[in-house]
Amino acid sequence: MTTAALSPTTLSKAALFEAKAVKTSARRNRLLSLPALIIIGVFGVLPLIIICVYSFLAAAPYGGVQWKFSTDAYLNFLFQRDIFDDTLQFTPDFLIIYLRSFLFAVVTTVICLLLGFPTAYFMATRPPAQRNWWVLLITIPFWSNLLVRTLAIMFIIRDEGLINNALLALGVIDKPITMLYTNFAIQLGLLYAFLPFMVLPLYSSLEKLDFRLIEAAYDLYATRRQVLWRVIIPLSKPGIVAGCLLVFIPALGAYVTPLILGGGIHLMIGDLIAQQFGSGRNWPLGCAQALILMAAVLVALYFYVRNTAGKVQHG
Amino acid sequence: MGIASKSRIAAPQLPRQLACGDNQSGTHLPPRAGSLNGVIVPEQPGKDAIEVRGVRKVFGTGESQVAALDTVSVSIRENEFFTLLGPSGCGKTTLLRLIAGFDFPTAGEILLHGQDIAPLPPFKRPVNTVFQSYALFPHMTVAQNIGFGLEMLGRPKAEIEARVAQMLKLVKMEALKARRTSQISGGQQQRVALARALAPQPKVLLLDEPLSALDYKLRKEMQIELKRLQHETGITFIFVTHDQEEALTMSDRIAVMSAGKILQVGTPRDIYDRPAERFVADFIGETNFLPGTVVSKQAGVATVKFASNATISAGYPEGFDPAGEVTLVVRPEHADLVPDPAKGTVTGTLSNIVYFGTDTHYHVKLDGGGENFIVRHQNSRSSVVTYETGAKVGIQFEEDAARVLKD
Repeated sequence: MTTAALSPTTLSKAALFEAKAVKTSARRNRLLSLPALIIIGVFGVLPLIIICVYSFLAAAPYGGVQWKFSTDAYLNFLFQRDIFDDTLQFTPDFLIIYLRSFLFAVVTTVICLLLGFPTAYFMATRPPAQRNWWVLLITIPFWSNLLVRTLAIMFIIRDEGLINNALLALGVIDKPITMLYTNFAIQLGLLYAFLPFMVLPLYSSLEKLDFRLIEAAYDLYATRRQVLWRVIIPLSKPGIVAGCLLVFIPALGAYVTPLILGGGIHLMIGDLIAQQFGSGRNWPLGCAQALILMAAVLVALYFYVRNTAGKVQHG
Repeated sequence: MGIASKSRIAAPQLPRQLACGDNQSGTHLPPRAGSLNGVIVPEQPGKDAIEVRGVRKVFGTGESQVAALDTVSVSIRENEFFTLLGPSGCGKTTLLRLIAGFDFPTAGEILLHGQDIAPLPPFKRPVNTVFQSYALFPHMTVAQNIGFGLEMLGRPKAEIEARVAQMLKLVKMEALKARRTSQISGGQQQRVALARALAPQPKVLLLDEPLSALDYKLRKEMQIELKRLQHETGITFIFVTHDQEEALTMSDRIAVMSAGKILQVGTPRDIYDRPAERFVADFIGETNFLPGTVVSKQAGVATVKFASNATISAGYPEGFDPAGEVTLVVRPEHADLVPDPAKGTVTGTLSNIVYFGTDTHYHVKLDGGGENFIVRHQNSRSSVVTYETGAKVGIQFEEDAARVLKD
């Protein structure tokens, strides 16, 4: 063998050279990943660290924080300190807002899925040349600001708005139906704002669907309903998962929609947190609320992804 | 015809109870009669499995209308390996899709054992398809794919399992039953597609160019395999292909199609030896066309005179009345070269010699002009005469070699 003829020194030299090569390539890889790491660090991790640190500090009387360790923010989330005897009393106010926000987000996701799936299926079954026009139509709302669009909804549903005026003129009702500043208004606004985020991933997944598989299923005696449940839905699962995440997470933290259409009466998490940094002047509480939201979303995501991944595996 | 004899040899090696129609099978399914889960099951099978009556299919509207099928009628017998052969765009796949139920005819009827199935959706027809792309469900295993049809028919679980096991054995895929369809090779996917379509015991199996995606060697193997499956299951196969060799070797009968019409229906030998039209002769196998003049005719045989003044008797298809200038067709292997031009029916100059191993093709430039005439000569040890290009040669025709054709 050739290695037997080599002296120990040459061998170690070769090993050294190899180790050096490995080292340089590793260094190069680290260098290449630097821009990504800087962006993630500065815009992702650093703000999170600041929020985390602030949540364990005491609130300053006029906003900002006092550099003094305190767990008050987390205690305040569930308890209220009595002004007179300093005892903690359980107050579910924030918890109720969280639960309500979750409910809004879940309802939004489910209805968006029910409306978005037929829409996306319709788009995906158009001739290829037409499809891009449909995608364009779906994205038109993004061309204007969400705030403006939400205000437009306000004009449609308020007491002297389009719907009420039309119904009054037609004589269907004799006094306006109150829609603005109700849970209904918030739900409507959320659906309107997030429907495109459901349609687009569903469309991209349905567009890739091999429609010959649907023919094959029909050929094998599957009825229309069976084709939907046994072939189309399982194969568009990636789109369904992506769409649900893209709707659920932002809907949970929605700020503008509940603020305008809920009139500040029916709060959602986003408004609650914003309040702490504004009129509430309790930055640590706002930070704590944001972190609790994040933890809740992570837990929900964990179960959702684990559940759907299992289903995909077992067909 | 090597395939047919091979399949007969291969058949006894396989247990007969695999055959779908076998009544002695232990896991035999209850007889299907009447309507099962809405799928039509004829009670009294007739002689014809499928009868297509005056079917037209027009795509598009107004100015851009295209007739993919132009009033096609054909009968396909029970237990037959029937091939629809034609170039792409001839309407063969359209006809298959009409029988499967993916499209509906503009006019005409499609009878399955005497019952019109043309208006029925695909899931109500006891007809299954093997797709060109296989169209296997990627989110299911091999076994789940095969069991899908029976599951949709609402059969009991135990029956489905038994049938799937049977089908896996039939296509020799037992070892891979738990695999995903993306984890098996093209040839294996082909087998799964076949098993999936055969599992619900269709009355008719439709095959849409199922071998076109396979490489040459695998294709040859699958041709034998398909023939064996048809033999063992006794199911009527309707096979679509543009490959004339495939059609000749596998089919009981062939329908040659062109431009939305069926030109000729017959056994491979009929189609090859007695083509009805120039298109059929040209599309199937190699053919020589040469001009001649009809001198006289009687009882289906015409006497045709060539430019060289030599005459020959040639058959012509029924219902055709040849007269005057006609085109004769002669297969390259039905002609022979003679060194002495005076002894040939037609004469010419040898322009090219192509050696193929088993045989040699001689290209002859005819004295009367026109296309090169090709003579195929089977090579043998005893071949004594050797020819040189540029030599003057004569061409003799075998008895019944020439036929007069519709242009």
